[in-house]
Amino acid sequence: MALDLARYRRRRLRSTITIALCWTASAVGLAVLGFILATLLFKGLAGLSPKVFTEMTPPPGSDGGLLNAIAGSLIMTAIAILVGTPIGIFAGTYIAEYGRYSKVSSVIRFINDILLSAPSIVTGLFVYELMVRPMGHFSAISGSVALAVLVVPTVVRTTENMLLLVPNTLREASSALGLPQSLVIRKIAYKAARAGIVTGILLAIARISGETAPLLFTALNNQFWNTNLSAPMASLPVVIFQYALSPYEDWQRLAWTGALMITTAVLTLSIIARWLSSSRTQQ
Amino acid sequence: MNVMSKDVDSAVTEKISIRDLKFFYGPTLALKNVTLPLFEREVTAFIGPSGCGKSTLLRVLNRMYDLYPNQRAEGEVWFDGENILNGKQDLNLLRSRIGMVFQKPTPFPMTIYENIAFGVRLYEKLPKSEIDNRVESALQKAALWGEVKDKLHSSGLSLSGGQQQRLCIARTVAIRPEVILFDEPCSALDPISTAKIEELIDELKNEFTIAIVTHNMQQAARVSQRTAFMYLGELVEFGETKKLFTNPSDRRTEDYITGRFG
Repeated sequence: MALDLARYRRRRLRSTITIALCWTASAVGLAVLGFILATLLFKGLAGLSPKVFTEMTPPPGSDGGLLNAIAGSLIMTAIAILVGTPIGIFAGTYIAEYGRYSKVSSVIRFINDILLSAPSIVTGLFVYELMVRPMGHFSAISGSVALAVLVVPTVVRTTENMLLLVPNTLREASSALGLPQSLVIRKIAYKAARAGIVTGILLAIARISGETAPLLFTALNNQFWNTNLSAPMASLPVVIFQYALSPYEDWQRLAWTGALMITTAVLTLSIIARWLSSSRTQQ
Repeated sequence: MNVMSKDVDSAVTEKISIRDLKFFYGPTLALKNVTLPLFEREVTAFIGPSGCGKSTLLRVLNRMYDLYPNQRAEGEVWFDGENILNGKQDLNLLRSRIGMVFQKPTPFPMTIYENIAFGVRLYEKLPKSEIDNRVESALQKAALWGEVKDKLHSSGLSLSGGQQQRLCIARTVAIRPEVILFDEPCSALDPISTAKIEELIDELKNEFTIAIVTHNMQQAARVSQRTAFMYLGELVEFGETKKLFTNPSDRRTEDYITGRFG
């Protein structure tokens, strides 16, 4: 039987076209990303100076830095993680371990998925109604709560997934030694899933450190140094939002620098998370 | 091997008595009125084709099935004068007295030393030196001491498959159970590791009552004093290993051990 060479050539041609399209798509995607990063580096580095870390956000036309915004972001992120992580880990543990086969768990999982994909501006409005209006003013603590609400679903999801990855044989083996379930979870399952759970927390930090919308409704902004949780507090994303939209060139420069700082922080966290999860699979 | 030469002791006592045991996976009946004894300090082997219920039976004896919903046992399993299917049974205490070794080696994600000390500390408060002794003697009983004594503090996961399985046996032995259940302990191992584990089981029967599920009939013949042949959830034949393999009384047993089905 003779080979149908024409047919084979058509096949080859189609394959070549498809590969070319894939390459183009990747190139376009990477080029855009590269362009964003390059712009960020170029514009951000131009405004980077020691003052950024030592001085407060300035009024237009005068010198200043981002110290209060950096501190505000760190404080509110830290509180959000401290509040949100335990809730997330406990809930994730319940779904994956104690309530693995119960109906309640599938309801919680469903609601958690909704929370996970809810626009963060909705979270902001929710906390605005819940805390800002009753309190009568914007405050750092309501900002932290809004961020914590964003942390919880992320941590619930990763904790659950990581615990589900722990093989059942390991649970059976530890139960077979006479371990009560609480110890099976604490001493065996957490240990086996630790890298994954920590990765989830890092990704949650990365997620909230760039959030602007929930903070606009809650912590608002503050031109001055503030560590009082019941007063409005500056944060990097909100300052970037405000400064980037302003007509003043020095404000715009600071906004670029702030954007560069957030991006660097998120990138670092992602790299650590990557590294942690790859060391887990090598185990 | 010595099994063939040594006659089964006639003055043995029943360590566990299974009576009219039925087991359900949801609505499916997986064990049909199984009645049989496990004798003290003997190895009882369970053989039969896949899905015949032998692993299910083993998992009833330490109530492993309790970890899962929709699994249920009916009947009686007497262990030291108590029916362990009784709702009042404390599962953790039961499992510390009836240990289990699984098909796949399951070392915990911790050091070799901790893998063993962990279980011991759970039930006994002992000084460090005493724990050290327990770890050493457990590893010796599991014929692993020589291979790991210089790396007790490296991860249990760094061992080979056969070593991991012996670590799991050591871990089980260390908490001094009365009965040890082996669920196809050699199916993931090479012939050399298998031979080691078989020797080990032969040793362990001097101290423990042992039940072993195996797909390997030669293994059953080598290590056990009594054998139970199961088929489709039923106990077809139970008796002295020697007799069951040389002169089975049921036609199905004969067909299975001669390889005509299964």
